[in-house]
Amino acid sequence: MAIDLKTVKHISKLARISIEEKKAKKLAGDLNSIFEFIEKLNQLDTDKVEPLTSIAETKLQLRHDKIKSENIREQILKNSPNENKDFFVVPKVVE
Amino acid sequence: MSSIVDLTLVELINKIKKKEVSSKETTNAYIERCKKSKKLNSFITEDFDQALKKADAFDNNPNFEKKLPGIPIAVKDLFCTKDLRTTAGSKILNNFIPTYESTVTNNLWENGAILLGKLNCDEFAMGSSNETSFFGNVQNPIGENLVPGGSSGGSASALAAKLTPATIGTDTGGSIRQPASFTGTVGLKPTYGSCSRYGIVAFASSLDQAGPMTRDVKDCALMFEVMSSFDKKDSTSIDFERDNYLNKLKDTIKGKKIGIPKEYRVDGMSKEIDELWQKGIKIIKEAGADVVDISLPNTMYALPAYYIVAPAEASSNLARYDGVKYGFRSKGENLIDMYEKTRSEGFGDEVKRRILIGTYVLSSGYYDAYYLKAQKVRRLIKNDFDQAYKNVDAILTPSTPSSAFKIGEKTNDPVSMYLNDIFTVPINLAGLPAISIPAGIDAKGYPLGLQIIGKAFDEQNIFNIAYTMEKHINFKNEIKSWWM
Repeated sequence: MAIDLKTVKHISKLARISIEEKKAKKLAGDLNSIFEFIEKLNQLDTDKVEPLTSIAETKLQLRHDKIKSENIREQILKNSPNENKDFFVVPKVVE
Repeated sequence: MSSIVDLTLVELINKIKKKEVSSKETTNAYIERCKKSKKLNSFITEDFDQALKKADAFDNNPNFEKKLPGIPIAVKDLFCTKDLRTTAGSKILNNFIPTYESTVTNNLWENGAILLGKLNCDEFAMGSSNETSFFGNVQNPIGENLVPGGSSGGSASALAAKLTPATIGTDTGGSIRQPASFTGTVGLKPTYGSCSRYGIVAFASSLDQAGPMTRDVKDCALMFEVMSSFDKKDSTSIDFERDNYLNKLKDTIKGKKIGIPKEYRVDGMSKEIDELWQKGIKIIKEAGADVVDISLPNTMYALPAYYIVAPAEASSNLARYDGVKYGFRSKGENLIDMYEKTRSEGFGDEVKRRILIGTYVLSSGYYDAYYLKAQKVRRLIKNDFDQAYKNVDAILTPSTPSSAFKIGEKTNDPVSMYLNDIFTVPINLAGLPAISIPAGIDAKGYPLGLQIIGKAFDEQNIFNIAYTMEKHINFKNEIKSWWM
């Protein structure tokens, strides 16, 4: 199946990545050649095959629900692109 | 006497233990060489001043019981290092300072090693040539304007150029073994679950595994011993008894059964690769092992399945980069606009391509056709190996379909780039361990590697086979320091 420009725009919206018109055309081409390669899988009959969801196939470990505070609020906030001592700052979301 | 940087890791440790060289002298020797090797662009972040301080501290109060006593080591910039910038080769993490340390690097420092710096890699480990890094191409010390392979390209380059005595990388589809093959070095992708993923920037969580890259097999066994640990912070870490891999290393493989899978003789495989493979088969026969022809019938479906599973997981893992709490942020008219511009400008083309593939295969209406299908194929590939291991102890294949190529040669054709990983990807899908060792050179004089694939948790066995083959092959990495 072919991935058209409309599909590229739709999935880039879902992925929250803005794509310029010019780049979208090239991307559609790239994606089509990749999917052409992927479609090889359709040659295989997998109706009766169980999907492999985890290679480790171990049970998840449980742990106590305890808070481990390292008091690193300041260091964490320092990584924020919009520096603020107390909060993460984002563009206004409420009118 | 050979100089400090020429020693293997094990030789260097012995010299340090005998007090013939100090940690400071060692660290200085490496820093000197790193400073003269900027042209390779193998480092993203240097940590030389701190390294010297730590070396001093070690010499003042040495503990020679440690497995890596005062040894300086540079690591791939995908491992989070506390208080030192960790970029994953991406603009979006250009200024990210982790507040925690990855378990694997922590294991190195606990065993006495000293951080030398952070090594270049493909952006979020997505690439096979180190050309997707925001911090630029890396040169392969083998020859000018050759790619070092990827994604652990900076690691392979620094190791082969003797800028670090050993290093660590990560391998999602071949990212340790392919660059090891391209640079004439040894690289191990361990069994899934043996090295903790905690603190490693995530790409595809069901495939990612950290592993050592070293100058020889002995060094590799030691590094793996140090890196591997059970870790409660990684829910897929597996609790099994870790061994003393170096002490138990043997150079005999008499009576071992080694499988040769016919499906790895792919269309258009070069004569040189085939000859290398035959040479490897001859060596293991001479060493007393039995060679058994085997079939892994679903091999040709591994790469297409990988290009569904890996991007799907990546699109989910990389959703966290939104410019809010850390990393690069672009200005936007509103919150959504800010997200979209941040991700558009912060990610490079290959990463965006893979996020979009992943988003598409997981999107409504396509899940069964792609992701579920790929997981079923993954089961078939694992079954192939399970079946083969009823009759053999390990499997021998080439590591890569070619030697190192020129920078820029494959950047315009994603599929031809992906084909680099044709021999390595099935192993990640099946969660198995595999090692690449240098086994010869091609007509151009560039190194070529052979891959030994083991049963899950059978690293000791593949180390023994690799060690035996290494002795027979006696590969010498002829690198002229052209960049200095």
